[in-house]
Amino acid sequence: MSVDLTPLFEPRGVIVAGVSSHPGKFGFVTLHNILTCGFEGPVFAIGREAGTVLNQPVLTSVDDVPAEAADLLVICTPVSANEQILVSAAARGVKAVFVAAGGYSESGPEGVAAEVRLASLADELGLVLAGPNGQGVVSTPVDLCAQIVAPWPPRGRIGVASQSGNLVSAFLNMAEQTGIGVSRSVSAGNAASTGLVDYLEWLADDDETDVALCYIEGLPDGRDFFERVRQVSAQMPVVVIKGGATSGGQRAAASHTGSLASDDRVFTGMARQAGLLRAPTIETAFDAAATFATQPLPQGDNVVVLTTAGGWGVIAADAVTAHPDLTLATLSDNLFDSMDEMLPPRWSRNNPVDLAGGETRETIPDLLHLVAGHPDVDAIIQLGLGIQGNTAALTRHGPFYPDHGLERIVDFHDRQEHLYATAAAEASAANSKPILVASELATARPDNPLVTAVRGSGRLCYNSADRAVAALGHVVRYAAWRRART
Amino acid sequence: MATLSESGSRGVVAAAGVAVSDWAVSPDPAGAASEAARIGFPVAAKLCGPQIAHKTERGLVRLGLSGVAEVEAAGAELLAAAAPEDGDVELLVSTMVRGNRELIAGLVRDESFGPCVMLGIGGVLAEAVADVAFRLAPLDRSDASDLIGSLRTQALLGAFRGEPAVDREALADTLCALGSLAHDQTIGSVDLNPLIISDGRPVAVDALVELADRT
Repeated sequence: MSVDLTPLFEPRGVIVAGVSSHPGKFGFVTLHNILTCGFEGPVFAIGREAGTVLNQPVLTSVDDVPAEAADLLVICTPVSANEQILVSAAARGVKAVFVAAGGYSESGPEGVAAEVRLASLADELGLVLAGPNGQGVVSTPVDLCAQIVAPWPPRGRIGVASQSGNLVSAFLNMAEQTGIGVSRSVSAGNAASTGLVDYLEWLADDDETDVALCYIEGLPDGRDFFERVRQVSAQMPVVVIKGGATSGGQRAAASHTGSLASDDRVFTGMARQAGLLRAPTIETAFDAAATFATQPLPQGDNVVVLTTAGGWGVIAADAVTAHPDLTLATLSDNLFDSMDEMLPPRWSRNNPVDLAGGETRETIPDLLHLVAGHPDVDAIIQLGLGIQGNTAALTRHGPFYPDHGLERIVDFHDRQEHLYATAAAEASAANSKPILVASELATARPDNPLVTAVRGSGRLCYNSADRAVAALGHVVRYAAWRRART
Repeated sequence: MATLSESGSRGVVAAAGVAVSDWAVSPDPAGAASEAARIGFPVAAKLCGPQIAHKTERGLVRLGLSGVAEVEAAGAELLAAAAPEDGDVELLVSTMVRGNRELIAGLVRDESFGPCVMLGIGGVLAEAVADVAFRLAPLDRSDASDLIGSLRTQALLGAFRGEPAVDREALADTLCALGSLAHDQTIGSVDLNPLIISDGRPVAVDALVELADRT
């Protein structure tokens, strides 16, 4: 049954247990991160020695925290202390506990027994128990960074739930890099009590979250996961990267989280059946989640590739054609006729729509609106932008700038890139169709005005046509899965 | 693990809705021959019993028998080949099903995910091709058609060497029927191998039901 995780993600106040003055210790770092990232509720530090840490008074017992002032407790203390801390915290009105501390089932038979005791105690006390052996929890809507590590992502619509803290960090770092933000993130740790699907169920009902991004290593009860996650999928897309897909990875997973491996082909089938969007790599998983978070769901699978020049379009056409869930759209003559009026005679008259360098100031924006508005088209991949901005960058930093008319042309180029990115976002929103802009400049020159303008429009600038196609494939597949079931 | 005989297995999957080739059993060669005449030649004849697996490897299958005398002779040889540990045996005759394509399908129980329906490309190259996909049982129609679409070797499901394309609705019926057996907790697994595509429609020409461990 669905667990109310509100006290974990939106606590009134937070208690950190295990705070010492050593800045290398997890308790210190967690306290530091909570105070630094702007959480507005009261924060209480509990340590062995009274005093102050980070200008915060250190209390020597959870019993000293005012009643009902905090409903999240983050535990960085050793195993032996934790059961008593749970009892005290429950008495002070705490509702949720994140146990960052290790020494539990990952560490041997005694740890297994301690973990069982911890989980049943939390259950008795009516506490939500996250972890143990987890990295922490992030909740951007309330500026909460209760983690033993740094990444603090921009606020956004992606909810991250992971069986590995490192993968949470990877996704948060990518959120920072791309500007496509995160609503909540949590590492499930050993998942003694609260498991991946519990987080997913809560995220599905969360107003701040539009898509879940999830790392799975092993599922203790695969059937239960399947029955519940397919309900989650009906509410929101769930992007999954699965560790242990090969025998080598399975051995690694067994030593990492003790996960039992099923045949990966069974997981693959289950994922498709449950509407999960399985991505093969961290990058493609993030791209897919970022697309769900920022683009409308398409009505069908007909894709148009728009490009300012040839090679990009050919590669993208190959990728669309090879993708099992996408179709390179066949376009009607009436659309070609309308385009004829906007383009020079040498344009491709085909999909990919290759402008053959024949564009003037308004051509690309006008074309985006025209194509996005046509019923033959469900989604667009726009390539070959950023060239003008790139030229402008070299010019601006060259020896001839700003003379010889260069200042004016540099400004023009930069304005045009902004115009293109804005037009893509507007045409997409106006027609409720995905428009994905891709350019290697996204990472090669993240200061390129196209890249910054796409980011400014709230969307992802994909690193390549291939990555845009892969991300679009997930979105099209999910939309079809939803249609088939409603 | 205990199994049903081929005849018992055929009965179980046929009752669930799987199309199986016509068959009959008889304790002796003369009876087998008259059953063969009833269901129509040519037929296959096999030794049939709950203890008998790996029939092909043991030479307990005779294919393409085209008359009463051939069935009687084959039946006598098969009964003579029975070993004491085979227990109670009888003769099974079934119609020869013609088709160039073979699939395999089954029901398995995964430790974590529970009952799953499996579909794969069969035939002599099956292991090398290794084109197999799963869905969790029971299956609805869209699960079944998505399972069929998940096989990599889609060209084999289209029109092929003068035979029509595989009837995907009929194949989906077979997969849904297999999935419906998941509810029967006495069944451990089901193996339909091969499932011959005959005139576009899948027909099981062998079936093996393993019983669930009762431990």
